[in-house]
Amino acid sequence: MAADAAELGRRLGRGDRSAAAAALNLLENRADREARAALLAEVSPAALGGEPRAHVVGITGPPGAGKSSLLSVLVTEWRQRGQTVAVLAVDPSSRRSGGSLLGDRARIDHDPRDDGVLIRSTAAGGRLGGLAAATREAVEALAPAFDVVVVETVGVGQSETDVEDVCDTVAVVVQPASGDVLQFLKAGIMEVPDLLVVTKADLGEAATRSQRDLGQALKAVGSDAVPVLAVSSVPPPSGIAELADALEAHRRGTDVAERRVRARRGAALREFVAEHGERALRELGGRRRAERLLEHEDPAAGVGDLIEALATRR
Amino acid sequence: MEEHRLPERDGPWVMRTYAGHSTAKESNELYRKNLAKGQTGLSVAFDLPTQTGYDPDHELSRGEVGKVGVSIAHKGDMHMLLDGIPLDEMNTSMTINATAAWLLALYMTVAEENGVDRRALQGTTQNDIIKEFLSRGTYAFPPEPSMRLIADTIAYTVDEVPRWNPINICSYHLQEAGATPVQEIAYALSTAQAVLDRVRMRVPEETFPRVFGRISFFVNAGIRFVEEHAKLRAMGQLWEELGRERYGVDDERLLRFRYGVQVNSLGLTESQPENNIIRIVLEALAVTMGREARARALQLPAWNEALGLPRPWDQQWSLRIQQILAYETDLLDYPDIFEGSKVMDGLVAELVGEAREEMAVVAEQGGAVAAVPYMKTQMVESHRARVQRIESGEQKVIGQNCFTEAEPSPLQEGEDGGILRVDAAVEASSIEALGAWRDGRDDAAVGAALEALRAAAADPDVNIMHATLDAAHAGVTTGEWAAALREVFGEYRAPTGVGDAAAAPPDDALTALRDRVEEVSSALGRRIKILVGKPGLDGHSNGAEQIAVRARDAGMDVVYEGIRLTPARIARTAVDEGVHVVGLSILSGSHAELIPSVLAELREAGADVPVVVGGIIPHADEEALLEAGVARVYTPKDFEVSRIMGDIVSLVAERNGVVAVP
Repeated sequence: MAADAAELGRRLGRGDRSAAAAALNLLENRADREARAALLAEVSPAALGGEPRAHVVGITGPPGAGKSSLLSVLVTEWRQRGQTVAVLAVDPSSRRSGGSLLGDRARIDHDPRDDGVLIRSTAAGGRLGGLAAATREAVEALAPAFDVVVVETVGVGQSETDVEDVCDTVAVVVQPASGDVLQFLKAGIMEVPDLLVVTKADLGEAATRSQRDLGQALKAVGSDAVPVLAVSSVPPPSGIAELADALEAHRRGTDVAERRVRARRGAALREFVAEHGERALRELGGRRRAERLLEHEDPAAGVGDLIEALATRR
Repeated sequence: MEEHRLPERDGPWVMRTYAGHSTAKESNELYRKNLAKGQTGLSVAFDLPTQTGYDPDHELSRGEVGKVGVSIAHKGDMHMLLDGIPLDEMNTSMTINATAAWLLALYMTVAEENGVDRRALQGTTQNDIIKEFLSRGTYAFPPEPSMRLIADTIAYTVDEVPRWNPINICSYHLQEAGATPVQEIAYALSTAQAVLDRVRMRVPEETFPRVFGRISFFVNAGIRFVEEHAKLRAMGQLWEELGRERYGVDDERLLRFRYGVQVNSLGLTESQPENNIIRIVLEALAVTMGREARARALQLPAWNEALGLPRPWDQQWSLRIQQILAYETDLLDYPDIFEGSKVMDGLVAELVGEAREEMAVVAEQGGAVAAVPYMKTQMVESHRARVQRIESGEQKVIGQNCFTEAEPSPLQEGEDGGILRVDAAVEASSIEALGAWRDGRDDAAVGAALEALRAAAADPDVNIMHATLDAAHAGVTTGEWAAALREVFGEYRAPTGVGDAAAAPPDDALTALRDRVEEVSSALGRRIKILVGKPGLDGHSNGAEQIAVRARDAGMDVVYEGIRLTPARIARTAVDEGVHVVGLSILSGSHAELIPSVLAELREAGADVPVVVGGIIPHADEEALLEAGVARVYTPKDFEVSRIMGDIVSLVAERNGVVAVP
């Protein structure tokens, strides 16, 4: 099993997208820890000889903001630019039964014969090891094989899911006249995203007003460099090419490698605690000391190796 | 004069049969035969490609051409369909919605080319898009432009084709999708209100009362026939109230609630199907017995609709019910037989009160268009409750969940198994004929007509009917007309209503099922994931929705992407989503083509997952599907959803080498 898993990892490492779905099945299988580790070891920056190529984009926003409709046109735009795209849609629903309905939002339309697009939905509810860990692992597996990996989540940018940590660029999507996001921004409850997107620009005045208000709120919290874009996903779509450009510009203006190393170390610490408990952290000499320990590890080390490194220092 | 007798017996309602299949030529022969049998109006059933705006050669049309109705791709087909039928005398009802403006234009074009004055044309275009979003699924464009198309046809016909009913607001399909009588009344009247508000902006003030008078309804009648009759009286009362109070109409004639009926198909059973004829008779009585609320037109389903498509003889049997009611019984001899009835008045008052409350909720949501997701969720829940009542035996269905001991039905003994089979060659010949049509047209004229159509569509102040009529004249095809509008308006996907459907109240069966799902899931290492798919153009989604909701309640991860999926899309989703099992639902009779092609796509994509199929699948086809590789076939006789779910869990366990818990 572990050997098959490693082979899947190697195929992804070579950019073989046909291994992606099977790899995700395996990563979701919480029963086979060894196989997961074997797969992930093959896609770590150390194994790949550098950071994987994908631009990891977080798309988040309140329900009904139009995220999936936006993604539908954005995926088309990326494909027209010759980029391959994987979308991980994380469904927040968790029910008493443990079951969930996925893909019930506006579906992301794409040509089923086009293997340059992969759409995968996951339920957040009842996942062992937490949603953040599962999403991180999925992103790591996909990142060497796709040009863009999108993580779509529901929320208003708070780090309640920590999903944003795995992203190079986070865009918060809101619809016109959604006062919540404005208030959250002003009050500093919400982390400032890398990009704000106002949907339903076809509504005209309302969208323009929201765009202006959000711009002012950003200025008030000292983040006036954050772009605010207005887009429309209904025909004729507008603002989509600009959005793709802005996402790309953010990536180019960011030290992606540095951000990812930081994210991996953060994830390692979180998952170490989740796995071994707060007591283990105290045994390491506390959080600050654990962080310093991680800083001395190889920047290309995968999260699994980092957790291992902490565990052996206990 | 005696008060309990009419001075003169009433004339009968318009008698129709919802009919049409295969080609225009075959359907024309069927219509002539039906008229010879005493039918007094036509009710045209179009196939799904025609209803959703695709030509027979479109990828999505595969398996659907000529299936549930006739394929009409251009004015030549319409000429053939109506050949020899006097259009100035005929009353033709067309079940057509997203493409209503187009089919009306084809009908008008044929009339004109036959020298019939459009002012003499009588009939109905169904043209109610909201119920398509809610239950029937043959929409093509987003809500906003769809409402505009409706307003355009109404504003055009009110003067140009004054005897035409440009819209038939349907509560029928709401009941078929599980709506309660209150929901049926409230949602249909809210729809009417949304349409009227929209048209009011488009016609001169003095014309508007006539617009109100042209609005007609298409209603359902179920087996609780006393309450169903009360429902119709309640609708009439609320309709008049709406006309007077909201729209200031005071002409009595224009305030009449005019409606046609097709009685309930949802309650027809596959087991002991001969019992259905009794249900149909009683339901027909619901809409004819009281003069105050008698249907203007009636069409009855056939006894074998849960088995497959009805044959001409089956439809004739249903027509005879109408004729016996109208010509043999004394129904039409009397004034309203419920006048002064305490029971009837009480029921009506109850329904009126509750419907008013529900209409207020819809209004609060911003009216029928904005409230589509709300109404859809309410209906999914009502249907779930209904299914559960039948499963538990609380609601009795004779021959299905009680009195199941029976002799074999001789009605199904014939070689055809008691249903109609559409020749599979129809699709190929339609595609060929379409090619010939395209070759014979003036391409420049077609191009110009489509260009003008796009321009008209892009300008919301223009009435689309003019450019549509020009396109019909020029020989444009159904698919071309709709494609031009899709370009301008975009595509749309209606809400499925499943996401917000409340969880089922747990009972013993569900709890046991959940335990099994947990057990198998932990043995698998991840939660059982199921893809529920609706291949093809069939928009009747309530079966798929009930399965999706129940699978969720049982603890599975469910991927449900709504209707109108190609086999390639289903296979792709199955692979990308990593599902353990695929469940497909088809009610349009296209399973023989579509299911094997989903299986082939899955094989090609390298997905080794079991496929189960549910729908109206004739027994003979069941064998063929199992042979083709389908793991299980479920038909309407499998009404216990919990049992189906248990079956699916075992199937997943078995295929993955996990020990199945008995």
